[in-house]
Amino acid sequence: MGRISGLEIIAFLTAIVVTTVARVSVEGGDAIQPASLFLTCLGYGLLVFLSANIVRNFAGGYMLGPNARFNWLGWPTGSRTGAPRGFRARMMSGLDAMEGHVEWFIRVCGWSAILFVMAIFFFVIKEGAPALTGSLDLVNFFSSSKWDPTAAGKAEYGILALIVGTLSVTILSMLMAVPLGLGAAIYVSEFAGTRTKETLKVLIELLAAIPSVVWGFIGMMVLGPILVATTGASVGVNMLNGALILALMSVPVIVSVAEDSLRAVPDSYREAALAMGATRWEIVFRVLFPAAKSGLLAAVLLGVGRAIGETMAVLMATGHSGRIPRSLVDPVQTLTATIAAEMGEAPRGGEHYQVLFLIGIVLFVFAFIVNMIADLIVKGIRNEKNG
Amino acid sequence: MVEHESAIALPTTAAHPFVSTKFEQLKLRRERTYKYLFLGMAIMLVVPVLAILAFLTIKAWPSLTWSFISSNPANGMTAGGIWAPLFGTFLLVLCSLLIAAPVGVLAGVYLNEYARDNWGTRIINLAVVNLAGVPSIVHGLFGLGAFVYFAQMRKSLIAASCTVAVMTLPVIIASTKEALAAVPMAFRVACWNMGASRWQTIRTIVLPNSISGILTGVILQVSRAAGETAPILFTGVAFYINMDQGFALDEKFMALSFHLFTISKQVQNVPESIQYGTAVVLIGLVLVVNSASIAFRIYLRNRKKW
Repeated sequence: MGRISGLEIIAFLTAIVVTTVARVSVEGGDAIQPASLFLTCLGYGLLVFLSANIVRNFAGGYMLGPNARFNWLGWPTGSRTGAPRGFRARMMSGLDAMEGHVEWFIRVCGWSAILFVMAIFFFVIKEGAPALTGSLDLVNFFSSSKWDPTAAGKAEYGILALIVGTLSVTILSMLMAVPLGLGAAIYVSEFAGTRTKETLKVLIELLAAIPSVVWGFIGMMVLGPILVATTGASVGVNMLNGALILALMSVPVIVSVAEDSLRAVPDSYREAALAMGATRWEIVFRVLFPAAKSGLLAAVLLGVGRAIGETMAVLMATGHSGRIPRSLVDPVQTLTATIAAEMGEAPRGGEHYQVLFLIGIVLFVFAFIVNMIADLIVKGIRNEKNG
Repeated sequence: MVEHESAIALPTTAAHPFVSTKFEQLKLRRERTYKYLFLGMAIMLVVPVLAILAFLTIKAWPSLTWSFISSNPANGMTAGGIWAPLFGTFLLVLCSLLIAAPVGVLAGVYLNEYARDNWGTRIINLAVVNLAGVPSIVHGLFGLGAFVYFAQMRKSLIAASCTVAVMTLPVIIASTKEALAAVPMAFRVACWNMGASRWQTIRTIVLPNSISGILTGVILQVSRAAGETAPILFTGVAFYINMDQGFALDEKFMALSFHLFTISKQVQNVPESIQYGTAVVLIGLVLVVNSASIAFRIYLRNRKKW
């Protein structure tokens, strides 16, 4: 950004004066708190300071090229030997002179991912934390299966039934999705020819693109009647329905991560096994599974993460009734669906509202753990491969 | 591989040394069995979904007319079309794209071009992975707490766009990183040797050579933003908006995904054809955008010069 010159200082001081005058004349001298005035002045001052710096650098590049010097006021001076000719060249030269600012901006964007994750954690806690200090009993919160936030008199906040609902739907869906997903990944990576491989990959990618609300719609309108007819369930929207839908939704991520990890196994392993007379399925079971097991585990974990976090599809397809399920075709209620269904009716700052944010924290922490483990596993594989 | 076409019933003797034994035939049979088992698994994933999509399309066919798309919902959602939600989804995608694309692409540039392999970079990568894994409903809660209440945007199009932008950021970052990493290091080194600075190299060499890969990621972001419901549920989507008053950034809006949810779950007596029609339009929208991205990627891979 170069040395600070008079231009920036003048701009900074002007901004402070103008901000103060404007606020005093609009709001009246007595009503303004000094701290608030200081912060506004500082904010606008820095903004203008930065703009002046950018303008000065651009002007220098525009007029004199990359070797511009500046006098005490910030006016570009010095040799004109390297000056660009023509409007386009001058613009480009000016942009290049702003390199410092651009890099700084890129850096801020890069670090913003951390900022967002922390902001998510902060704001969800900020809205949910008052419940912890209030009348909510945490032990009861996790161990009671009575979820009745709108009861007259004493509302009940026990999320055990919701946790059981989430876990049961997730486990059931994984029982279907993991074998199918791994099987499909093995076929795509080891058996299929180039054409089939491309087609299957594209189809599975499209499977991932279908929005979750459409999956929920399919569960309600298509799968529900089929389940009623085949299993004799009283309602079509139930645990099995939700699990089937979730299985189809989490299969794409399982297939793609598992295929990646199978492909990461060096070909020399396969060649060695072939030379020993192994057939392809022997290679898959005896060589690839042990070699890629951590990658496959990561695939399963990411599938679990996807299934637990899914909202609209389970809200529509699981029946959404807050009891601990007794059979496969009982309706269940999950953590995510509860938030989605009840947040609209919970007034801000009320206990119900705060408890729903607490559920959000539980989900966030759970997703965080699952993703961390999966990421560590994937990183481990990469290091092993490189080292 | 052993050739098994000719290995039918010939006994293995010294006269026929290359004929497969019983044991080898067993192994080959088993290999074929497993191959078809895995093929069956792959097919079991794809075929039912295609069948369901075909079923939806057939059910929706009578309602898929131009007037269905261009007219507004009427009569408490039981008649009319989907113009208002379709337009709302378009606005949501556009606004979220305007926020997420610059930040995401520049973050990708930082991670691939500037960041050294130190603990800070590792934390950023971890944050990106976690951001991608946060459940969409938690993004919705974050949007409610941060944008609607804290930033005082109220429940509005801009609050929902910001929420969706944060949610789709990791998609853009990851694909940008991948696209930039595909540009050979020699290109950059050659450019540096000509005396160009880091940013000049990125602007004139790296970005032009990877712009198509970056666009692929941006297109994926569009399809994801169009389909999501949970993050906009509390941050600005409306049950019904009268289109005559127009759209504004600080007003609520309708979205196709939420509209499908309301007409299938919350409103009674909606004709089936409208429900199926809405679902098929939403799927069609997302699949067309996604296929464009895939076609783009395949075209690029075939065209690549290095």
